[in-house]
Amino acid sequence: MSAPTGIGLYGDYGGRYVPETLIPALDELSRGWDEASADANFRAELDELLERFAGRPTPLYEAARFAPAGKRILLKREDLLHTGAHKINNAVGQALLAVRLGKRRIVAETGAGQHGVATATVCARFGLECVVHMGSEDMRRQHPNVERMGLLGAEVRPVEFGTRTLKEATSEAIRDWITNVDTTYYLIGSCVGPHPYPAIVRELQAVIGREARAQVLERLGRLPDAVVACVGGGSNAIGLFAGFIADEDVRLVGVEAAGAASLSAGRSSVLHGSRSSVLADADGQVLDAHSISAGLDYPGVGPEHAHLRDSGRAAYVTASDEEAIAAFHQLASLEGILPALEPAHALARALDLDAETILVGLSGRGDKDLAEVLSH
Amino acid sequence: MAGAETPELAAGAVAGGADIVELGFPFSDPLADGPTIRLAAERALAQGMRTAACLECLRSTRERVDVPLVPMTYAALLEAYGWERFAEDAALAGATSLIVADLPADLHPDLRRVQLVAPTSSDERIALAAGQTDGWLYLVTLTGTTGARSELSPELAPLVERTRRLTAVPLYAGFGISTPAHAAAAAELADGVVVGSAALDAAEGGPSALEAFVSSLRAALN
Repeated sequence: MSAPTGIGLYGDYGGRYVPETLIPALDELSRGWDEASADANFRAELDELLERFAGRPTPLYEAARFAPAGKRILLKREDLLHTGAHKINNAVGQALLAVRLGKRRIVAETGAGQHGVATATVCARFGLECVVHMGSEDMRRQHPNVERMGLLGAEVRPVEFGTRTLKEATSEAIRDWITNVDTTYYLIGSCVGPHPYPAIVRELQAVIGREARAQVLERLGRLPDAVVACVGGGSNAIGLFAGFIADEDVRLVGVEAAGAASLSAGRSSVLHGSRSSVLADADGQVLDAHSISAGLDYPGVGPEHAHLRDSGRAAYVTASDEEAIAAFHQLASLEGILPALEPAHALARALDLDAETILVGLSGRGDKDLAEVLSH
Repeated sequence: MAGAETPELAAGAVAGGADIVELGFPFSDPLADGPTIRLAAERALAQGMRTAACLECLRSTRERVDVPLVPMTYAALLEAYGWERFAEDAALAGATSLIVADLPADLHPDLRRVQLVAPTSSDERIALAAGQTDGWLYLVTLTGTTGARSELSPELAPLVERTRRLTAVPLYAGFGISTPAHAAAAAELADGVVVGSAALDAAEGGPSALEAFVSSLRAALN
């Protein structure tokens, strides 16, 4: 067994498994990101946009009526951000980076449409051309978001082959980038893909965990017993976890969709440019994921999550479609909050987790999911 | 792409004048491939062409033709099968080297394979790939995915020129070479040409159609 070598590894996961054509662009991206992260002006501009354009900081809200007796459940309200999900944190940061690198055309993939909307939004804000690849099955499930992207000036390109969901949309976005790499910035939506994307997305989403940690300390005078977040590609989870990874007494729990459990039911493989835990058969062929939630309907996951699983620092469990729908209705009727179906998976597991004080990442709002919920 | 008809198609290609035959081991998510090869992979997988069946296909093809056979695939298949075991079993089944489309030169450097370089590659990366490559270097003629094109890429000439300065290994050009005219123009620059998608299209017509297509390429090169 020859060990993988190279840069951007989380344990044995990560790396740059891409056609040679992209390697120079990934090198350029790594350099650009390192320089930007070290530039006080870049960070100040990002912070300003996150505050005034995106709506940070987001509140920490105690869901006292939703919480079962004897438990305290605190929600980090990323659903209140501009465009309705945590995706905007990443999109704003990467758009600033794209402008810095002189790229005027942005390509992205989207599943639920939240990352596509966030990308279309920042492209409108910065005057960038925007092409979003989206599976035709997801376009059907998430039609309002398709309309929103159009109104924001983005071109949505349907992906009509394979699973017609996020997996194929991501492959098409990468092929688009390979073809137009000189002019185009690939604005990836999760902590997946070749290095340095998992690191960039983690850093841009880590604001969730930094804020949440300070807010929990202020409210409770101590850290939570557990931090729970849904995991598709895993960007909101890694962002929230990032604030607590060094706090060894705080349990980190990722919740996958039962039919898309890359970490709970996957194997080590290579998908979309990195080595991670993937839903694949014994020959390495990638399997179809199945979830009511388009944002979790992805057979891969960020490489850092695979590493956190193996090291034991985080635990990963699943919630079924039915459990997510039940949690959706419960939060709606008891707290007056319609969550997206993705964090509804995290809510479902928070209800029965054997922990007293639980912080849950409420990563997005449920408006996009009304049709799906009403049809069940 | 590996399948039941591969041994006969390979024999047709060799009869038409192919010096080397690439044999695709299909992957579900082939990032480097355009619609033709992606669709062929989808169809092969639907027909059950998993790794063991592909190796069997390679063995059967080896019995039909004498030219080098080079499996072309993606890292996920090697990851699942075992890196060394894959290389060993492919060699036992008659493979000469491997091509792994999503495995740049700095990953798994101990896996002997034909390395690829692209118009975007720096001189440093070309030198790295040339130093590690197995027999010949695969020049990706264009910035993009595989697939037939109407013109030969203008990016090939400067890539050949840069690569010649850095290495003496034979250079074979591929991606977008679709017609005898493209092949002739590419062969003016490189030491050989690789034709993928256009050959798959021709193979739709069976072994004799593929033989005729390869003959037309061969004639353009001679």
